[in-house]
Amino acid sequence: MTLTGPGSASRRSLLAAMGAAAIGITFTACGEKPGTATAGAGEGSNLNFYNWDTYIGETTLADFKSASGIDVNMSLFANNDELFAKLKAGNPGYDVIVPSNEFVTRMVQANLIQPLDHTKLPNLKNIDPTFLNPDYDPGRKYSAPYTWLVLGIGYRKSKVKSVPDSWKWLFDSDQYKGRIALLSESADLIRLSAKYKGHSVNDIPPDLVAEIEKMLIRQKPFVKAFHDDNGQDMLVAGDVDLVLEYNGDIAQVMKDDPDIGFVIPKEGSLINSDSLCIPKGAPRPNNAHAFINYMMDAKAGAAISKTIMYPTPNAAAKALMPESYRNNPVIFPPAEVMARCEYGAFEGAEKAKFYEEVITRVRAS
Amino acid sequence: MEQSWKSARGIFAAALALPLFWLVVFFLFPLGIVWLYSFGENRGLTDIALTGTLSNYLRALEPLYLKIFVKSAGIAALTTGLCLVIGFPVALAITFAPPKAKGWLLMFIMLPFWTNLLIRTYALIAVLRNEGYINQSLRAGWGLANGLATRLGQAPLASFQPVELLHNNFAVVLGLVYVHLPFMVLPLYSALDRLDTSLLEASLDLGAGHLRTLFRIVVPLALPGIASGVLITFIPALGAYLTPDLLGGPDSQMIASVIERQFKRANDWPFGAAMSFLLMYLTFIGIAIQGALSRKSREPG
Repeated sequence: MTLTGPGSASRRSLLAAMGAAAIGITFTACGEKPGTATAGAGEGSNLNFYNWDTYIGETTLADFKSASGIDVNMSLFANNDELFAKLKAGNPGYDVIVPSNEFVTRMVQANLIQPLDHTKLPNLKNIDPTFLNPDYDPGRKYSAPYTWLVLGIGYRKSKVKSVPDSWKWLFDSDQYKGRIALLSESADLIRLSAKYKGHSVNDIPPDLVAEIEKMLIRQKPFVKAFHDDNGQDMLVAGDVDLVLEYNGDIAQVMKDDPDIGFVIPKEGSLINSDSLCIPKGAPRPNNAHAFINYMMDAKAGAAISKTIMYPTPNAAAKALMPESYRNNPVIFPPAEVMARCEYGAFEGAEKAKFYEEVITRVRAS
Repeated sequence: MEQSWKSARGIFAAALALPLFWLVVFFLFPLGIVWLYSFGENRGLTDIALTGTLSNYLRALEPLYLKIFVKSAGIAALTTGLCLVIGFPVALAITFAPPKAKGWLLMFIMLPFWTNLLIRTYALIAVLRNEGYINQSLRAGWGLANGLATRLGQAPLASFQPVELLHNNFAVVLGLVYVHLPFMVLPLYSALDRLDTSLLEASLDLGAGHLRTLFRIVVPLALPGIASGVLITFIPALGAYLTPDLLGGPDSQMIASVIERQFKRANDWPFGAAMSFLLMYLTFIGIAIQGALSRKSREPG
């Protein structure tokens, strides 16, 4: 069920596999120090931030410290499942976390995150209004937008007959047999297949899922591998010519390899969005609000985007970015393309189990 | 001076206390919790109710999952067999190597253990992939042959097609054999090293050939070593997770990956726990068989 997060560059998968994600990376070794100016009353001057790997600006934490006096200890997780599993057993002391859209709903339902106090977040005014009322968190009660991204097809231009602008080429055709890699995310595969069949990514009826299962079993012999969000590496290395990947991951490798292209199929796709949230039981909610507000600052946001190269929902930050980022059609697909994309909603634990079993069947067939 | 532990109960208890504490608190207790989970049901998103249900086990025994179990066991058995066939001559060679070389040879066997499994697996990917070292060498060789052919006035060869080495079951078995070979060689070596060489001399003196001596004398005497080598290769190979995940293709799903997905993506811990424990029951059966074998080999034949 899960969107492995957005920024999921291959580095994340590597990290996950090494189990290194559990090890916090302490940026500031110093412990408690007398609180300074803006630090919340009685909370000391530090903050525990639980983030994705390679998902923050190079100097963001140091800049925040000089602005507010708060030391940020950043630890890293590799995917939403890890984040959820960790908080499920009780908050071990995190103040700010970065779940993806569907998981915001899931964690709200599981009573794991607390509402945000918008009066402490004046920088919400910088956010593009289209991101202020998403289905997964109406009114942004629990989450402040950080980045977003969209799934599409990364491809090697010299090896395809024409731009592969339909999910057909991944899910329902032997045209590129043995040269396709799919993301091994059960829910994403089923939802995008539903999109290909002309249905929404949500509320997929069981008979359509059965049809999708048949289609994927038929397609499996033509698939080279199910990748763990390292599709861009497989594409660069020449292992495959078509991959299901996030736009940000492909944008990173397109800079070095002009033979790589990215397209969002004409049927539409899945949007993901990472948000800043405060988990229940956070020891320093005031510092957490100050940090989230700082992350939505125009200059700070632009510095982050410069490093991580993912689309930003922060309109003021985007305005400060160079032309090559703002007008990159891979990072910011045209509005008419985005209009065909949807967020995948959290539809309950049973659905997650069901999708997982369908893909287990496909892979075992 | 040897002393029975009975005459020094206090010291014995003191020495045992810490490891026992460790074993109970950090191994048996958490394992017990997972075992209890396997009889539970999900309640909402974060809670598991221990209802004593057997439905998780029944679901794990459905044809879909049974097939994956059987397939994983097949891949593990193939891996173990290959490890035995490759590892036995290696262990034999180390046994009969000069004492000075022995230490070095054993170190070379253990060297891979000093490298993280993930790094070793990625190294294999770099060797096997379409643009990897094997295919690049083949491509260079193909280019040379092509140049030679045209110089001799022959028609040029067809363009080079890389050999598909990665993302299939072949890569999984290769990776598993590569990772588990030391598990096989070391117990075999320790069994063969204890071998009484006078028995081999007697066999050769009495007219048996080398092969006959190997199969009639060495192999039966090394049987306990073979059994423990087979066991400690088969068990981790059966539960292998990283290797099939990274090297495998769409057909290479093994049971450990399915279990991992229950704990993470599917958020179905009871079902994952039931499958883990089925795997553990299989392990116990394997240990029992091995125990029976080694008892049998100790009986005078």
